[in-house]
Amino acid sequence: MKKKGAEILVECLEREGIEIVWGIPGGQAIPIFDALYDSKKIKLVLTKHEQGAAHMADGFARATGRPGVCLATSGPGATNLVTGLATAYMDSIPMIAITAQVPTKIIGNDAFQEADVIGITRPITKHNYLVKDIKDLAITIRQAFHIATTGRQGPVLIDLPSDIAKAEMDFVWPEEVVMKNYNPTYKGNINQIKKAAEEINTAKKPVIYAGGGILSAGASKELKAFAEKTGAPVGLTLLGLGCFPGTHPQFMGMLGMHGSRTSNLAMHDSDLIVAVGARFDDRVTGNLAHFAKKAKIVHIDIDPCSISKSVRVDVPIVGDAKTILTELTKQCTLRKHPEWWAQINEWQKAYPILYNRKGALKPQYVIEQIYELTKGKAIICTEVGQHQMWTAQFFKFDQPRTFISSGGLGTMGFGLPAAIGAQFAKPGSLVFDISGDGSFQMNVQELIIAVEHKLPIKIIILNNGCLGMVRQWQQLFWKKRYSGVDISIQPDFVKLAEAYGAAGMRVSKEEEVKGALEKILKINDRPALIDFKVAREENVLPMVPAGAAITEAIDYKDVEFA
Amino acid sequence: MKHTISVLVENKPGVLARVAGLFSGRGFNIESLTVGETEDLAVSRMTIVVGGDDMILEQVSKQLNKLIDTIKVIDMTDKQFINRELALIKVSVNAGNRGEVMQVVNIFRGKIVDISSKTFTVEVTGTDDKINALLELLMPFGIKEMVRTGAVALTREWQKEDPKKTS
Repeated sequence: MKKKGAEILVECLEREGIEIVWGIPGGQAIPIFDALYDSKKIKLVLTKHEQGAAHMADGFARATGRPGVCLATSGPGATNLVTGLATAYMDSIPMIAITAQVPTKIIGNDAFQEADVIGITRPITKHNYLVKDIKDLAITIRQAFHIATTGRQGPVLIDLPSDIAKAEMDFVWPEEVVMKNYNPTYKGNINQIKKAAEEINTAKKPVIYAGGGILSAGASKELKAFAEKTGAPVGLTLLGLGCFPGTHPQFMGMLGMHGSRTSNLAMHDSDLIVAVGARFDDRVTGNLAHFAKKAKIVHIDIDPCSISKSVRVDVPIVGDAKTILTELTKQCTLRKHPEWWAQINEWQKAYPILYNRKGALKPQYVIEQIYELTKGKAIICTEVGQHQMWTAQFFKFDQPRTFISSGGLGTMGFGLPAAIGAQFAKPGSLVFDISGDGSFQMNVQELIIAVEHKLPIKIIILNNGCLGMVRQWQQLFWKKRYSGVDISIQPDFVKLAEAYGAAGMRVSKEEEVKGALEKILKINDRPALIDFKVAREENVLPMVPAGAAITEAIDYKDVEFA
Repeated sequence: MKHTISVLVENKPGVLARVAGLFSGRGFNIESLTVGETEDLAVSRMTIVVGGDDMILEQVSKQLNKLIDTIKVIDMTDKQFINRELALIKVSVNAGNRGEVMQVVNIFRGKIVDISSKTFTVEVTGTDDKINALLELLMPFGIKEMVRTGAVALTREWQKEDPKKTS
């Protein structure tokens, strides 16, 4: 049967199992939107800004593990996706972005709403395609989904000129995707696994360092079994939170700049680091010259590029974390490491993550209360900044895919649209966006989407009237020269919420926190926001200063009680 | 250390930009890059000469391999390979030194491919060492213009056995 390009696109999306597309139309995108008009399987969610569409698709993908799809018109529509694509790329999130393009004949002519989208997005997508022939369209879409969801996952962009969207041909669904040059390695090398097992079985101070790769591989159960058999303590990256239970006795906390001192000291002192689905990011390793000098390193990752990129690895294993961990666990002997644990427990006692409840309402207290009230059973999205780190420190994530945050790129304005995407994905789940007053204002326009679709998202603004993380750096490292961080002239967030049709409340005292949270937990038909007026000069601690060794953390008591 | 990397890629638009972007995006400097068709019209071969320590080179190779359009990456540096570059050099001459310049060019098995009253244009092929040596000798006469293609390379069919295995 003859179909137009746009209809082929929609049919391919349907066959790939896509049920929601987030996007905004525009001149060149009209053919695609016209085809979507007839789709019975795909719900079109019209966002307010393309960045919102990208983060919603991203939030959906992080909550489910399935690819999210966003759609934008040519030119400004496509360029507005850029931050969203870069965010997903840095965190290896499967996503498909479809952008309309000016007709093939006028590409390169500075046509109205033309941008070189392929050129712009090349370094921030796993791959991208410009479809110049309708015959290539179906197979391109198949390949795009295949690339986005296999190997190290990531966003793939398809740029579709409007003449191709309007052209017609006989549609044939390509049953198979054969890509001779793209074959990610899934099965780990058996000799390397054996070598790793030998190292693990003879180690005296092993540490497991796991990250977002565990979530992508769906290997949480396998990681837990591996940790329990080897008896090794577990530290997680920011993006790994939830891939190993936060309440597990072997969990040491988050690693890195704002991680627990115990997990950083354990990494430093360890004789064997088993890194799984993590990439030795600078926020985790601190100064590389001093990083884990005594440790041998086993590194399991699906992406060979991640191995020996910044830290020399002794036993690299390229492949899928799930199957490799299963095999590795079989070959490992049951260990308890009592001496090592005695040391770790000592650190845990000496360096708890704490804060001082005296004075104005503390943001950490709010997060603890959210944890208590929800018993941890919620999907927590965050923006980027101090509130994000406090959430990572004070909320214990037991389930995979319940912590959704922009780690690699650190995109302020990510949380609200991501929460909307997550709530679309999991209508029955309790979804929070924990935010700061700065981040919240970066994509606040998307609030109306939550109202329109009756999404009962809980928005928590930890409002300190400033861009807190930068203020903290200025306080600690820039002689308190607070340049460009004051945002105390701000909208009335309660009225703003109400103007959008959401519920709004304001809380500034500890004793009101619980009651207010209980109230918004009962609201089921619209988003609800609480503007928590919190202490302005509270810091995220411990903190490893940028460029310092991970053992050289500044502690809460050094700053707040000094 | 200098590495010569041969990359087989799909012969289609945008692939060169992907490869070049991969280097520039990571701050790796390309010394030379040549691209051309191969025996298979669907495949192009890029020969890239790049400097850097082993860890950077390992990363470059892996990143090249990761590109969807890459078919094969061969780091020639640890193999025997044939390496050639072509240069065109426009050198100033006068009645007094034409003979001397021709002699130098002949010794390097170069060819004079264009001639004017004041210049010779010399064509020479060889390894970059050979071309550098010729350039050095022509420098005193005055080089007006020059262009080099960058290295192209193929591995030798017969490879000496890995010394580690034989010893």
